[in-house]
Amino acid sequence: MHIVVCIKQVPDSGQIRVHPVTNTIMRQGVPTIINPYDLFALEEALRLKDKLGATVTVLTMGPPTAADSLRKALTFGADRAVLLTDRYFAGSDTLATSFALSMALKKVAEEFGKPEIIFTGKQTIDGDTAQVGPGIAKRLDYNQLTYISRIVETDLDGGTIRVERRAEGGLQVLETKLPVLITMLEASNEMRRGSIENALIAARADVVTWNAQAVGIEDLTKCGLRGSPTIVKKVFAPTARTEKAQIVEAEGKADARAAALVEAIFAKAPAVESDLLENAAQHYV
Amino acid sequence: MGEFNKPFDAIVVGAGPSGNAAAYTMAKEGLNVLQIERGEYAGSKNVQGAILYADALEKIIPEFRDEAPLERHVIEQRMWTMDDRSHTGMHYRSDDFNEEKPNRYTILRAQFDKWFSSKVKEAGALVLYETTVTELVRDLSGKVIGVRTDRQGSPIMANVVVLAEGVNGLVGQRSGLRDELAPDTVALAVKEMHFLPRETIEARFNLSGNEGVVIEAMGTITKGMTGTGFLYTNEESISVGIGCIVSDFAETDVTPNELLEAFKNHPSIKPLLADSECKEYAAHLIPEGGYKAIPQLTGAGWIVVGDAGQFVNAVHREGSNLAMTTGRVAAETVVSLTRKREEMTAANLAAYQKRLAQSFVMKDLKKYKGIPELLHKNKGNFFGTYPKLLSQAMQTWFRVDGIDKVSKEKAIFRNFRETRTLWGMMGDAFRVVRAWR
Repeated sequence: MHIVVCIKQVPDSGQIRVHPVTNTIMRQGVPTIINPYDLFALEEALRLKDKLGATVTVLTMGPPTAADSLRKALTFGADRAVLLTDRYFAGSDTLATSFALSMALKKVAEEFGKPEIIFTGKQTIDGDTAQVGPGIAKRLDYNQLTYISRIVETDLDGGTIRVERRAEGGLQVLETKLPVLITMLEASNEMRRGSIENALIAARADVVTWNAQAVGIEDLTKCGLRGSPTIVKKVFAPTARTEKAQIVEAEGKADARAAALVEAIFAKAPAVESDLLENAAQHYV
Repeated sequence: MGEFNKPFDAIVVGAGPSGNAAAYTMAKEGLNVLQIERGEYAGSKNVQGAILYADALEKIIPEFRDEAPLERHVIEQRMWTMDDRSHTGMHYRSDDFNEEKPNRYTILRAQFDKWFSSKVKEAGALVLYETTVTELVRDLSGKVIGVRTDRQGSPIMANVVVLAEGVNGLVGQRSGLRDELAPDTVALAVKEMHFLPRETIEARFNLSGNEGVVIEAMGTITKGMTGTGFLYTNEESISVGIGCIVSDFAETDVTPNELLEAFKNHPSIKPLLADSECKEYAAHLIPEGGYKAIPQLTGAGWIVVGDAGQFVNAVHREGSNLAMTTGRVAAETVVSLTRKREEMTAANLAAYQKRLAQSFVMKDLKKYKGIPELLHKNKGNFFGTYPKLLSQAMQTWFRVDGIDKVSKEKAIFRNFRETRTLWGMMGDAFRVVRAWR
């Protein structure tokens, strides 16, 4: 079995600051990490590899420095790393990204065998769109399973997979035919620590590097900023709330304390009192 | 799997200045080198003031100025003796330091170490991050033949292990190569990074372009403890910090944080930091025991470099240059033995110590071997009484108040004599001169 995990190198959002004057994100000097949601996808792929035997390829699109994230993925136990990098890809939105990645995935299929499963994280922490995974599935005509919390069973002979999907109001158990694209939910597993052998392999490994031409992209207008219909109209930093939480101190029995609390709320927001009284008048009189 | 069993020519433990210097030097000479660093990347765990002394790095990477992330080159050194409200300064500023190849730079270690590590990889060494060496592996004769890490799997073998593990030196300690650090030979330093626009820094410190200023301070700022404070100008930030001997902290119950807050709020320091934003804080140990605290440096299959070998000249605030130099010299020793196909025995590796003895590293540490103890034993006088007396003398001297100068001189001398007796002062002077020679 061949599994591809699509990962993204993102700035460590815990260390990003917004420039107070220009409102732009200050990326300079901010360390990069593998998108945390992608680690759940990678670990799930490695678990399938342990259980069923598989080759795991990690794929990313990004600047040449994204090779660091790929190398890190190799230390966890992935077998092969592919970097898709080209200045034509700069400024890609989700449409252009899923196009470029799907072309790279076709090339991966040609070179290393067609992947039965493509994993991604549910979304990235820098874009938060959750669109690239489904975009790839659509372009490659793969079935798609999004927001997956658990893989129940993989039947390679029958060519099916059964998973649990977290949905509003409950848990769905879904089964579909391979090949499939799965986007993994957070907390679905815990990333392992790679062995010393994995670490040595990763340090020695060559990252397969492809540009637009190498993956057969002829129409460059589909790439990067030119291929991206999304327009960022405005970036702004949310202003910090100025009001502070108020602690109401009261003694006595529960009723008395509740009354003191209600009084404090009414004093602060008279509209709440009048609304409540009006409501009560309509319903209880 | 056969590949993993083939021993490396050398394993370097740690990717700080000494480890990078050693790994780079050996890899560049064609040795098969593995470097193991516990941090997520080189520099992620490393803390320093930080001043880079060009000479030591130049001997390893001559063209470093073209690529290394450097902040400002130092053109001015201010040495301050402080009491609670004043400082007496000796400043040296020279346009000669605006030279084609400047002598000292301020740097940010997280960026600098990352660059140095990239050079190590370019030179051909294999570098593992996020991996901690837990212990040394020995053969039956006791010779060190490899290391074990915190990752699952077999030990990794090498002809020699270069221990560049830093001040704590846990691997060496655990393996019985040296004792635990004595609390009176190690300082705990804390620092903060304060961001300011570069124009503000340049206006505030009278600088232009990439010129930089260094302030080293001593006196009542350490509240009677043995230690110093510092303030360095970076490109768009200021590093400010203070450190004291660990056993002094334990005695006085003063916390490093209190000390740094007081230093930052000192009337001589506060205006220099005005309107800045603190974006980073860090703490680190500095080995300050000097010559007498140097542990055993070589044995069968192992060699110690950098802070792990206590290579810090506390008097001159030099450490990273000693680290890089010891790393380079150790590497050169290993390279020459490898070339001659000689074994990494204790006797052969001892050549490293002979080389060091001829270098500034050992000569300087030997010269100041009495200083750490002297300062520590007389800390009350050197870090309290004398700075106060000096401030009072300066104030008496410069205040114009209708008192004649002869009376002022007498008052100053009386103040010194009453506070510290003539014999006491002469004794201190004698001891300093003797320790300095």
